[in-house]
Amino acid sequence: MKPDPANGNGIELRGLKKTYGSPKGPVHAVRGIDVAVEPGETVALLGPNGAGKTTTVDMLLGLQQPDEGTVSVFGAPPGRAVQAGRIGAMLQTGGVLRDLNVRELLAMMASLFPKPLDVEETLRLAKLDGLADRRTERLSGGETQRLRFAVALISDPDLLVLDEPTVGMDVEARRAFWSTVRELSGTGKTFLFATHYLEEADAYADRAVLMARGRIVADGPTTEIKALVGSRTVRATLDGIPIEALERLPGVTRVERHGEAVLLASSDSDQTLRAFLDAYPDASDIEVRGAGLEEAFVQLTADEQEEVAV
Amino acid sequence: MNDALGYARYELLRTFRNKRLYIFSFAFPVVLYYAIAGPNRHEHNFGGTGIAASVYFMVGLAAFGGMTAVLGSGARIAAERAVGWNRQLRLTPLSTRTYFRVKVLTAYAMALVTLALLFVAGLTMGVHLRAGNWLQMTILMLVGLAPFAAIGILLGHLLTADSVGPAIGGVTAVFALLGGVWFPISHGAMREIAEAIPSYWLVQASHVGLGGSGWGATGWFVVAAWTVVAAAAARRAYARDTERV
Repeated sequence: MKPDPANGNGIELRGLKKTYGSPKGPVHAVRGIDVAVEPGETVALLGPNGAGKTTTVDMLLGLQQPDEGTVSVFGAPPGRAVQAGRIGAMLQTGGVLRDLNVRELLAMMASLFPKPLDVEETLRLAKLDGLADRRTERLSGGETQRLRFAVALISDPDLLVLDEPTVGMDVEARRAFWSTVRELSGTGKTFLFATHYLEEADAYADRAVLMARGRIVADGPTTEIKALVGSRTVRATLDGIPIEALERLPGVTRVERHGEAVLLASSDSDQTLRAFLDAYPDASDIEVRGAGLEEAFVQLTADEQEEVAV
Repeated sequence: MNDALGYARYELLRTFRNKRLYIFSFAFPVVLYYAIAGPNRHEHNFGGTGIAASVYFMVGLAAFGGMTAVLGSGARIAAERAVGWNRQLRLTPLSTRTYFRVKVLTAYAMALVTLALLFVAGLTMGVHLRAGNWLQMTILMLVGLAPFAAIGILLGHLLTADSVGPAIGGVTAVFALLGGVWFPISHGAMREIAEAIPSYWLVQASHVGLGGSGWGATGWFVVAAWTVVAAAAARRAYARDTERV
């Protein structure tokens, strides 16, 4: 049973705008965005620094008021969802209170919510079992991140908003973290996470929302976003051929040159490769690979910058 | 109310775990008391105040320690802001009102310990007061600390974790000096300035110890006015702080 997003059961950002004053003049952090997230969805919010991700997250959480537009979380303003303990968040600025141990800090936060999760259960979910009696100021960076995740979970929220959640975690911790997210998303919780690790969005999100310069430049399943840009890249060593000639090859959507290497993004790599080899038989070191979200991201945000520059 | 109690319990626990606090709020005023009042312990009319040096400095250093203790909430708030904890708290049902109440409660818990320590030190220096006078003096001092509790919260939301320490030290030093913690302020322009300052009235609580009168209208007015203004400023600083990115 997939609820209709229009009935207000999920998360809805409509026409959000936010501008700050700064000594250099107004900064248009968010320039009008619309996002709807259904309950149970896991959505990645991607974008370079200054794209407006954190401002968007802040408005979603009710930490900042939008200049224009509305935010609705499970059919209510964010403040109401916070009161009910339905939102948990790992904010980007990263620290925890000192002079308490891990278990005490979680118990302290639990005492503020109407129906908190059991502290021991939360410790288990955030893989903090062995650290319950450790003082928070003695935790490593990765352990602190896990504690901040536990703090986000303690209210037993329906929506988890995670801003750069795996910063400072090693590979092992990162894998464990995402397996917990999977486990929880299986129980119907909704996840929205902002990340710079594009492979995480690719691997763990149902959907990616790409932001650049305060706007959404793409919104869809990660597979669709990749298709949008060109699904494969052909890479070869080939000297002295002008980029314009390569751009005329069938299927090619974009060409880059790095020294002797050329990079062809293609929507149909089979056709491109045949035509490429016919035209340039001395090309060597040929490689064909699926474009990651990273390439998609670079292209989409580059387009956006050109559009703004015009 | 349950949530406030649970929250206050942990807030107190972590405040009393902070070792630096023991040195500055607790040990420092007691050591200073013995150092200053010790050599003058047989002085029964200190600086013409009609008050024994042992009582004068007991109250003076209790005022000093109490100010340090309640202003200390500013250091804790600034440290919490530095790690983004106040933003995390805004994602809980904890109300602004409860947040402030718990901060004030914690600050007063610290101040009470300081006062108790100084009073015990006073007893060892031969201070004898009637039970009613101890009580009256304590209540006056707790009331007199109210503006400083508000100033502590104000500084915590106004300054960064780096600058709040020196600021609190400076504020305490100036108020202690002008309030007459180190020497009695008996006449002249100094006295007129002092009477407009809440720390003066903190130190004046020593008169009660001798069965003398309390503050009178001026004292109550000055303390109330400072409290109202500082609390309003603290509210504004908090509101501005929470609007920021």
